[in-house]
Amino acid sequence: MVGSDTNFSRSGSWDWIMQRISAVVLAAYTFCILGSFIIYPDMDYQQWYALFESRTMRVFSLISLGALCAHGWIGMWTVSTDYMTSLQFGKVATPVRWLFQAGCILLICVYLIWGIQILWGL
Amino acid sequence: MLVSIYRHNPETDTKPVMQDIEVDIPAGKDLMVLDVLALAKEKDSTIAYRRSCREGVCGSDGMNINGSNGLACITPISEAVKPGGKLVLRPLPGLPVIRDLVVDMAIFYKQYEKIKPYLINNDPAPAIERLQSPQQREKLDGLYECILCACCSTNCPSFWWNPDKFIGPAGLLQAYRFLADSRDTATTERLAGLGDPFSVFRCRGIMNCVAVCPKGLNPTRAIGHIRNMLIPQCR
Amino acid sequence: MSALRSISFDTVIVGGGGAGMRAALQLAQSGYKTAVISKVFPTRSHTVSAQGGITCAIGSDDPEDDWRWHMYDTVKGSDYIGDQDAIEYMCSEGPQTVFELDHMGLPFSRTENGRIYQRPFGGQSKDFGKGGQAARTCAAADRTGHALLHTLYQGNLKNNTVFFNEWYATDLVKNQDGAIVGVIAICIESGETVFVHSKATVFATGGAGRIYASTTNALINTGDGPGMALRAGYPMQDMEMWQFHPTGIYGAGTLITEGCRGEGGYLINADGERFMERYAPNAKDLAGRDVVARSMVLEMLEGRGCGEQGDHVMLKLDHLGEEVLNAKLPGILELSRTFAHVDPVQQPIPVVPTCHYMMGGIPTNVHGQALSQNPNGEDTIIEGLFAVGEAACVSVHGANRLGGNSLLDLVVFGRAAGKHIEEMLAQGLEQREASDSDVEQAMARLNRLNTSSGGESVPRLRSELQNIMQNHFGVFRKGEFMQQGIDKLAALRGRISNVHLEDKSGTFNTARIEALELENLFEVAEATAIAAEARNESRGAHARDDFRERDDENWLCHSLYFPAEKRIAKRAVNFSPKTVDTFEPTIRTY
Repeated sequence: MVGSDTNFSRSGSWDWIMQRISAVVLAAYTFCILGSFIIYPDMDYQQWYALFESRTMRVFSLISLGALCAHGWIGMWTVSTDYMTSLQFGKVATPVRWLFQAGCILLICVYLIWGIQILWGL
Repeated sequence: MLVSIYRHNPETDTKPVMQDIEVDIPAGKDLMVLDVLALAKEKDSTIAYRRSCREGVCGSDGMNINGSNGLACITPISEAVKPGGKLVLRPLPGLPVIRDLVVDMAIFYKQYEKIKPYLINNDPAPAIERLQSPQQREKLDGLYECILCACCSTNCPSFWWNPDKFIGPAGLLQAYRFLADSRDTATTERLAGLGDPFSVFRCRGIMNCVAVCPKGLNPTRAIGHIRNMLIPQCR
Repeated sequence: MSALRSISFDTVIVGGGGAGMRAALQLAQSGYKTAVISKVFPTRSHTVSAQGGITCAIGSDDPEDDWRWHMYDTVKGSDYIGDQDAIEYMCSEGPQTVFELDHMGLPFSRTENGRIYQRPFGGQSKDFGKGGQAARTCAAADRTGHALLHTLYQGNLKNNTVFFNEWYATDLVKNQDGAIVGVIAICIESGETVFVHSKATVFATGGAGRIYASTTNALINTGDGPGMALRAGYPMQDMEMWQFHPTGIYGAGTLITEGCRGEGGYLINADGERFMERYAPNAKDLAGRDVVARSMVLEMLEGRGCGEQGDHVMLKLDHLGEEVLNAKLPGILELSRTFAHVDPVQQPIPVVPTCHYMMGGIPTNVHGQALSQNPNGEDTIIEGLFAVGEAACVSVHGANRLGGNSLLDLVVFGRAAGKHIEEMLAQGLEQREASDSDVEQAMARLNRLNTSSGGESVPRLRSELQNIMQNHFGVFRKGEFMQQGIDKLAALRGRISNVHLEDKSGTFNTARIEALELENLFEVAEATAIAAEARNESRGAHARDDFRERDDENWLCHSLYFPAEKRIAKRAVNFSPKTVDTFEPTIRTY
């Protein structure tokens, strides 16, 4: 049985809102990064480093990272509850799905922690 | 004309097969698919399919006709098959097959029942009808006409994946039919039952439902309206 | 028989259409153990095809409207053999019943002041025929039957009615006292046969239009209730009275609602003439259906029919304009485009009178109790058996039903039967017992079919039956020609009772159901034929070339057909309404 236990907010409406807000954040962040490449077409490591020295950029990046994690989790959770059900996997569907979801969570945590480390130079 | 029909009788068969039957079509006539099925059944009385009104209002004979869901009784063969082609009839996809073209619709009906498909209004009824302006009534057009043929829901991937949790386009169209009715007072209660991650939000706007609805209805739009009603409920 | 599973209910209702579901709703609300047996999922019942509306004096179009005016129209429409006590009950109870449907959620079309929209239909008048055309038919666009049927199903879901969907009742179980104790039913999906034991058995099985080759009726309208009652030896009333709807689509038989003419459409012949002005100078295209259908046939016989064969006329709607047609008659546009390949916005629709409605049926009183007659000609009640809707003959339609009165009949008498059974149950109605041999007897037909090894196929016999009825018992009838039809039917009986069921499988075996239906069609057809030959007059829908006049001296009465002796008896029409004066028979003109 597919359930909502592992769902992000346990509410379809919240998930729906979250996915759209995070998408807007990610779009804005993408424009911002692309913009900086256009403004500095020959950007070298020093300039790149300087860009991320600013607190604003770091906070923005952190928010975007969070948005990416939320967006990814909602999406992967949806995919897993669509395609990893008893229709496709029979009795082992729930363990398979949980394993997959655990993998996704692990990966997302790794990205999040690693990202924070990089951003704040820890 | 060659007709290829999905055949399966669980009493005698282990596996479904496609059976080819040659049916004589009266010259110069564009029969409906249902008429062709009746001619095929005259040749082989064991073919099972549902039918009732034979004019597209009862919703019995939804089936997959040359790859597309539709009602056999209002689909002319000229529309379903290219000249010289073969008519291919299969049961509606995504539901268990009982026999031949007859599918088990229990889960489809269960999803319909889930949305409380009846008017709820606990205010004392007036001595006459509950008044409703033509503008309020107009909101029900495109919703109440559903015939529960299941062409839409069985064409919807989200319903295929989670038929027990996603209400599906047909049920959601009816959910909105009652949400939109000015005589219904259970809006909050109805919305509370729809906000989970599955009932409504599994709709991805693929619009397969709209593409096949034999009555020309638009469940995707109705689902959008429900979503717009659900979002402000988030606190 | 001991192998047969038995299930018990206070009431079992056979048929999940408008009448059956209205009766079920009444009983479910009262908390009695009620089951509905329906051979199709309830919303696939033929009520779904009703288009124009439900006629009732709710006073929306005209606040002065009066149910007595509706009653007058109905009595006149029936050509005076409708029972006036029943018509009085229907017309006076009607408004409350319709308001209940609105409260249940039926999406009626609306007027500017928020009330239910009413349209004019045939045979409607104000002030007892003196005040001109009335608009009394409550409508949900041109999908009223669909809206009504779905609303009733929804109401039953709300009240937890038990449905046996896709179950088929084969025969009545009658005990040694002659009382009905239930039915034998097959679960179509599994093939299992069960004895459904009940305190009250209600037949709401609908019509039998499929006895004719050309009909507006659904494929499921095979007269199962009347067929079962006839086999059990009970009489049928007014079976010669079959309504031919003026506007079935030529070639397809699909119904085009009278609402088209109510909204201003009219019929034209090959010369483009609005011929109804000649036949019914006042009501024109909105005369009684029998009058319009006959006029159409006369036009064709006199060489003014349309098409190469001159075998149809045209229904003109284009002058109403696209906007009106889209708003008021959207379903008709759809049907015309699909089945007549004609767009009514541009061109007229080819139409022909088509078998539509069985005015006759199982005789009942206003409580739905099925009736028989003792040797003294007095009514007797058949214990345990009820009938409502088209399967029954209360009789509110007499020799000709008015448009929009069938939906009203369904809900008013479905509700009345439900209420009466509720009272009987409250007073301690007992479950009557059935012996093994009673059940065995009811199983006989099914057992024979299940072991059949030779004989002819269903489709062939069915089409032969339908052609006999179409040719010998159509709009105009003649004694000697009908006698030929009766002889042909007699020859067919043996062949049909020996019909061969090739496929003996259990799972969803539709061939078995069709074979059982065929026998019901035959019973109804024979009752029709013999009753039609016996009635030596022309009245309402029964028009005879050899007896062109109405004969009130001899035939101002119901006919009762007794199947055992194939005999026709007469039964008095009720002329004693409770609260109004009797409407005396007069010459019927429109």
